[in-house]
Amino acid sequence: MLEIKGLKVKLEEEDKQILKGVDLRVEAGKVHAIMGPNGSGKSTLSYVLSGKSGYEVTDGSATLEGEDLLDMEPEERAAAGLFLAFQYPVEIPGVGNMTFLRTAVNSQRKARGEEEMSATDFLKEIRAKAKDLKIDAEMLKRPVNVGFSGGEKKRNEVLQMAMLEPKMCILDETDSGLDVDAMKLVAEGVNALRSEGRGFLVITHYQRLLDHIKPDVVHIMANGRIVKTGGPELALEVENNGYADILAEVA
Amino acid sequence: MNAVLKAKQEAAATRLDGADVPSGAGWSQAAREDALSRVRNMGLPSRRDEYWKYTRPDTLTSAEAGEAAVFETGEEPVFGSFDRLKIVFVDGVFSAEKSDDLALEGIEISRLAEAGDISWASELYGTLEANGQTPVERPLAALNTALATDGVLIRVLNTPSKPVSLIYHHENTRSDAVLHHVVKVEAGASFTLLENGPAAARFNKVLEADIADKAAFHHVRAQGRDHERRAVTHMFARLGTESTFKSFTLTVNGVLTRNECIIELTGDDAFAHVAGAALGDGDFLHDDTVFVTHDAVNCESRQVFKKVLRNGATGVFQGKILVKPGAQKTDGYQKSQSLLLDGDSQFLAKPELEIYADDVACSHGSTSGAIDEDALFYLQARGIPKDIATDFMTLAFLAEAVEEIEDEALAAEINGRLEGWLTRRRG
Ligand SMILES: Nc1ncnc2c1ncn2[C@@H]1O[C@H](COP(=O)(O)OP(=O)(O)OP(=O)(O)O)[C@@H](O)[C@H]1O
Ligand SMILES: [Mg+2]
Repeated sequence: MLEIKGLKVKLEEEDKQILKGVDLRVEAGKVHAIMGPNGSGKSTLSYVLSGKSGYEVTDGSATLEGEDLLDMEPEERAAAGLFLAFQYPVEIPGVGNMTFLRTAVNSQRKARGEEEMSATDFLKEIRAKAKDLKIDAEMLKRPVNVGFSGGEKKRNEVLQMAMLEPKMCILDETDSGLDVDAMKLVAEGVNALRSEGRGFLVITHYQRLLDHIKPDVVHIMANGRIVKTGGPELALEVENNGYADILAEVA
Repeated sequence: MNAVLKAKQEAAATRLDGADVPSGAGWSQAAREDALSRVRNMGLPSRRDEYWKYTRPDTLTSAEAGEAAVFETGEEPVFGSFDRLKIVFVDGVFSAEKSDDLALEGIEISRLAEAGDISWASELYGTLEANGQTPVERPLAALNTALATDGVLIRVLNTPSKPVSLIYHHENTRSDAVLHHVVKVEAGASFTLLENGPAAARFNKVLEADIADKAAFHHVRAQGRDHERRAVTHMFARLGTESTFKSFTLTVNGVLTRNECIIELTGDDAFAHVAGAALGDGDFLHDDTVFVTHDAVNCESRQVFKKVLRNGATGVFQGKILVKPGAQKTDGYQKSQSLLLDGDSQFLAKPELEIYADDVACSHGSTSGAIDEDALFYLQARGIPKDIATDFMTLAFLAEAVEEIEDEALAAEINGRLEGWLTRRRG
């Protein structure tokens, strides 16, 4: 599904290398988790994959189902099936949530040569999915993320993911800022989307999310590289002992 | 006498020598002669004037109008689908043939050029304009009072069933139109005035609006889309107790447009909102100059001006709130913002407050910026193409101004025009 090879990334504006050769492969139907100390490059990886400007790829490649992601505009990557749940969802005053999401769904469909979703179907679907995530219908009428609490923003990310039905979902700390019940809702939302044809890359600091979304593979990222890869037990090790042992071991 | 003033007076004399100054204009003759002598004394605006620091007045003051191509779109004109009483001016001349019958229950309409001795109008014509000459001089408005041969006089006695719509047509590439409209909304009545269409190669327009106690005046104007237009417009409004004034202007294209709005809140508990959305692409200068005077207790004024500029376009905003002694509990708000879609465009703003009362809440803010990159990326990351995402952000930026239009259908009409303008420019 997603294949990253030797990816090196520096900042465009300054001479600062952030990703120093990332290798990662997420197969369809699998859930991979990435953990790692603050500043190790996890968000940078998610941004570079989704096409945010300000970064320069100096080496390596990233493909989604064999297609070169790095060569596409952000909207083309989305239409190709890539989705990023932002660590910090952006507030957009003046742009209504509904209009935004309907335009997003239909832009992607159009780009893929599919039929657009009618206004009624869209409404029906978003209402049902919002209900599952306990998102108030009133909230949907507001401008994108404006005045949403931290947890509401994260739930809104999951709602967007559910509506867009991407092939490859990257979740950047979608659990942070969520209360215990919201975390469960979000995990249920993610689990409901788990399927044969869909891959997940879940960036998190905490084992708790992984209790609900059971990962197949866990990676540890440090200083711009994946330094260790293992099974779900790796996350437990981090939870209990922190990163010191792992980092010492690979140093 | 200083040399600058002398030069300005000479410019006025030259301009007036070449103009057809109406004589024997009956009831309006005294007001015209007064305006004429004021213009001669003030002189015409010059580049050296503080009030014309950002906008060059030369092409507005020159003896002859420059040439401007007639702009045809083939599209349905703004407000085309609305039920309204249509009054049409072609190159600044009233067209009976193209206009509806000037009859609508609740109001009296007459043509300035033909009006007999109308006492309410003779009390108003040139009066609000003359009042508006202090503390800042507005010679082009006085020139208008002196020279205007056409326009409408509208007296609103009772709320009419539909808006009155002033429609301008530009046919002659060298036309130099001067129109002067006077509106009086009598106590308790409510009135909506619409204006649209390219008026002339050069256009000087004055609108004087006297809004009596508990009366309401709504004004929605769409200027444009003629590219080569040069226009200077003045709107003078006087508000009585508990009255409402709401004016919105959409301005697109045009090489030079200066819109001045001079509002005086003279009765307690009155409410004046003036808003504008301007879209400029290329050789375009748009200037909003606003002066709001609070001279009564517990009044609210609000200025919301938004400009979207690209391709070297220039936006200007000069706005002032003057709170006179005793105008307590004034709530004054002023916002001017520009969205610069590229690095070539510029926005020049001069917001001012002058307050002589102590129990007052006034705020002003002026900003100029590019599209928020993070928001743009967020939209794109959800699959929305960059150009559509940019348009979303642009409409969102303009929304606060458009929302000042109270009538939802009119607001939707304006939004549709904004979308059209943006869509036509999608690369
Ligand atoms: N645009 C930028 N300008 C300057 N520094 C940047 C920029 N983007 C990323 N960095 C730096 O790159 C490093 C990696 O940042 P990144 O956000 O990817 O870390 P992270 O692993 O997601 O951390 P966290 O767990 O705290 O979210 C950090 O040192 C950060 O300061
Ligand atoms: Mg991060």
